Amino acid sequence: MLKIKNVTKIFNPGTVNEKMALNYLDLVVQDGDFITLLGSNGAGKSTLFNAIAGNFRIDEGRIELDERNITFDPDYQRAQSIGRLFQDPLKGTAPSMTIEENLTLAYLRASDNKADFSHITKKDREMFADELKKLDMGLEDRMKTEVGTLSGGQRQALTLLMATIVPPKLLLLDEHTAALDPVAAEKIMNLTKRIVEENHTTCLMITHNLNHALQMGNRTLIMSNGRIICDLSEKDKEGMDMETLIHTFHKALNDDRILLGE
Amino acid sequence: MVYILQTAMKLGCIYALVSLALFMSFRILKIADMTTDGCFILGGAVSVVFALTGHPFLGLILAMLAGSSAGLITAVLQTRMGVPSILAGIITNTGLYTINLMVMGFSSNLSLLKGETVFSVFQKMGIFGKNADLIVSAVVVIVAMILLRLFLSTRLGLSIRATGDNPDMVSASSINPGRMVMIGLAVSNALTALSGALAAQMQRSIDINAGTGIVVVGLACLIIGETLLYRKRNMTLNIAACLVGSIIYRMIYALILKTHVIPIECLKLMTAVIVAAAISFPTVSASISYRNKARKEMKKC
Repeated sequence: MLKIKNVTKIFNPGTVNEKMALNYLDLVVQDGDFITLLGSNGAGKSTLFNAIAGNFRIDEGRIELDERNITFDPDYQRAQSIGRLFQDPLKGTAPSMTIEENLTLAYLRASDNKADFSHITKKDREMFADELKKLDMGLEDRMKTEVGTLSGGQRQALTLLMATIVPPKLLLLDEHTAALDPVAAEKIMNLTKRIVEENHTTCLMITHNLNHALQMGNRTLIMSNGRIICDLSEKDKEGMDMETLIHTFHKALNDDRILLGE
Repeated sequence: MVYILQTAMKLGCIYALVSLALFMSFRILKIADMTTDGCFILGGAVSVVFALTGHPFLGLILAMLAGSSAGLITAVLQTRMGVPSILAGIITNTGLYTINLMVMGFSSNLSLLKGETVFSVFQKMGIFGKNADLIVSAVVVIVAMILLRLFLSTRLGLSIRATGDNPDMVSASSINPGRMVMIGLAVSNALTALSGALAAQMQRSIDINAGTGIVVVGLACLIIGETLLYRKRNMTLNIAACLVGSIIYRMIYALILKTHVIPIECLKLMTAVIVAAAISFPTVSASISYRNKARKEMKKC
């Protein structure tokens, strides 16, 4: 369970560019929740993810994951239990290293796999190949290929596998299909659904695609100006069509400058 | 002539350790580590001081320890204290000047006229015959290369390589990138110090200024080797390139010394030009060909 209480982040404090990116935000995410997160640019969605993942120090508030206060843990420690994907498929992998080397590093999150001076074993390779097969992209035959030579879709699929190869307590998806072509995006989205369902992973997903927001997950949040301004449960979303969601969106935002995708 | 080539081989082996160190910092971690110059002297000074007291081997080990501490200071400055990486190296290097003088008892040079060195010990044993110097230095550098190669494919080594490649991905894999920079620079500077230690024991003296420009020379060797051997995916060849490049550089150096084609006083300038040209080559040639293309297109209009 993720508990966010009173979290505040101000960028450029004391200057004309001062911006309250997170405004005393509260959020409780139950285990197994799949939450989609909507909001215009600058609403604070990515900032919220950065706060959860520990990319910066928050100014006020408290973040708890499974009853443990992680507010002051550095990002790499939180990565032990939080997986994250970015919009940029280049961000999650080391380009000049091979697929198996990237997977080895991701698999370091498994606590029994920390021996600094050990090499990649045959057993590791077999396990990685099995996992890669599930992506259905033929990557299992290219384990010695440098990741930099893969396509964006393949790299994002690999990043998804790397983030979930040791099932995280929380998965943060930051518009992770937005930079891909429609076919690749669809494929990555289906993979995401399957992996999240299989592991019952608690998941937060930022999207600008209202269809995804409606169809996926059991809860939808709308953010604006660093706050959550609308919280739709599975029940609220049932039978809701795009029109109604757009209407809700507008009513909550009272801001028609939003790009509504689709 | 044979003597000259032998000396070139010998020095090539010893200085290849600096190229290995730069391979680690410059190529793998993608940090230009300016600690190198001072660290080289630090290694030399420590090893000469211990050789003077009759412990040449202990001197090598302690030189490596001293070198890695210097690397650690540079790493801490950049990872924990927000000092830009080049400046961090320069700061450590500046401080090392005094430290090196301290090690040498505040004199600007120290000679090892009497007393054993690692080379003289093996010469006396007589197993390697006349070539003891060359064989000892070759063995040391080859062992260092093998260990570095093995190290880079361990989980720790992979983590260090990824830190140079994509630090975001490293912290997302729950690895502390700062720690990886520390380990990487410690290893790299231990190699530099070992090089200084061997060079000083071979020449039986150490001078406070002997390390000036060693970082550029090391880079030159690295680049010469890479031009001949570089293969993108082959770590083993890239490591071998350090030794090959270093030996070739020393051969060229020896030939220039012998033939006086270029006054030997100008060699540092030559080295600097070679390094600058080699590193800038891809960018410069790309922009020249782009301009040529643009000129052609303009003519058509």
